[in-house]
Amino acid sequence: MAKNLEALTSGQLTGKAAAKTNKTKRNNGKLKRVVLGSILPVILIVVWELLSRMGVFPSYQLPAPSVIFGTIVDMAQKGTLWGHIGITTYRVFAGFVLGTVVAIVLGSFVGFYRKAEQIFDPMIQAFRSIPSLAWVPLFILWMGIGETSKITMIAVGVFFPVYLNIVSGILGVDRKLIEVGRMYRLNTFQLVSRIILPASLPSFLVGLRSGLGLGWMFVVAAELMGASQGLGFLLVFGQNMTQPEVILASIILFAIIGKLSDWVLKIIEERSLHWQDRMVKS
Amino acid sequence: MSLELRNVSRTFDGKTAVQNISVSVKPGEIVGLLGTSGCGKSTLLRAISGLDNDYDGDIVINGDTTKGIHDTTGFIFQEPRLLPWLTVLDNVTFGLKGKKEEKEARARQYLESVGLSGNEHLYPRQLSGGMAQRVAIARALVTSPEILLLDEPFSALDAFTKMQLQDLLLDVWKTYQSTIVLVTHDIDEATYLCDRVIILRGQPGEIDREIIISDQRPRPRGSERLASYKAEILDSLDLNKR
Repeated sequence: MAKNLEALTSGQLTGKAAAKTNKTKRNNGKLKRVVLGSILPVILIVVWELLSRMGVFPSYQLPAPSVIFGTIVDMAQKGTLWGHIGITTYRVFAGFVLGTVVAIVLGSFVGFYRKAEQIFDPMIQAFRSIPSLAWVPLFILWMGIGETSKITMIAVGVFFPVYLNIVSGILGVDRKLIEVGRMYRLNTFQLVSRIILPASLPSFLVGLRSGLGLGWMFVVAAELMGASQGLGFLLVFGQNMTQPEVILASIILFAIIGKLSDWVLKIIEERSLHWQDRMVKS
Repeated sequence: MSLELRNVSRTFDGKTAVQNISVSVKPGEIVGLLGTSGCGKSTLLRAISGLDNDYDGDIVINGDTTKGIHDTTGFIFQEPRLLPWLTVLDNVTFGLKGKKEEKEARARQYLESVGLSGNEHLYPRQLSGGMAQRVAIARALVTSPEILLLDEPFSALDAFTKMQLQDLLLDVWKTYQSTIVLVTHDIDEATYLCDRVIILRGQPGEIDREIIISDQRPRPRGSERLASYKAEILDSLDLNKR
């Protein structure tokens, strides 16, 4: 009996140990990836810093990374940084939500109903061929220079990739899977919720990610055309005050926040698409 | 239970695929539809299933001639057609209604009968072809269909898995006594499984002849009896003329 117990506990222990080594292995892999990914940027920053200190780049054109970092820290200490980041993120988020909602509604209609496709799709495709930035003057004329025109701008940018991916996702659902649903006599609503939506999810998420990317692009355009706060405003401000470190600080902040928001979507994507049979790179 | 086809024809854009098919299937009978490709076997099966309603003539299921999919019909496709975002268990419970626990208990029972206990939580991408087709069989059986339609269900599998699954199908049939219509181009499969083999020929496909195989099951594979049936079928398909 005692022996059994001992065997049992030791078995449990080895089990636990195995789980632990597994975990450390996974962490090691992650660490390795981070290290590999940061080799190039680190070298670049070090070289840049050195060259700047040696005076190869004139500081009124390309300040050293440490100066840029100092600018960011300074703004953070003064508290203005959070306002800039906050308002820009808010604009992107609001525009993204608005554009996505409209895209989901129109995209599902066009995807599901042939009539809707015939009515809406040609017009939407025509609008798509207009460079979205061309709307800027009109939106300002219509809605003034406040938040409404900016958010509308961003929403227009987000709308197209999301819309296109939803439509192609729905149209691309395998007829064979739909037949399985029909064999079980699902009604239209069940067919949509249990087969068409999950099947078109991958495409939808791709649309969301490229929509978000465009959202960040459009927020710059929107803030360049007139804003008193925001990362895009910092760009104009830096240009007018000939402070390249402010411009660069803003660019770097854009990169960081843009990457962070994309990373959030990527996690959502991985969580919801873990069933996909995907290629694994060696 | 009972299934009857009266003068069923199906035309696609002016081109007739099958013509004047009349068959009556007794409850619990296993009927094979055999023929070379393009003779409309699958077209006929899709018409019986109700997935395709644009046929002419009548298909009577339990005395009911309404076109459309019936609750009592189950379909096993050539490919497994599992939903890739659902686990094995959720795929099997897909067509069931009712309480979750009851559905899952029932699904587990059928997964056990196709030999897949313990694999409930795998996703379709983690399954081999044979396992996936077993799941598809469990999914079709779990609703206890009185009429089971199979469209070349084992044709994509290797010879050994195929034999295993044929035996599995017979076990299932013995337990649940479903009426089975099996479309196949595999003569051995037809002679091994069916009570009656209907040979379709020509374009448009028409019934050429019926061969009744009343031998006791399990029929020894490769026996002379089955070989003679096979020769008969090959003759009637003009494939034995060399």
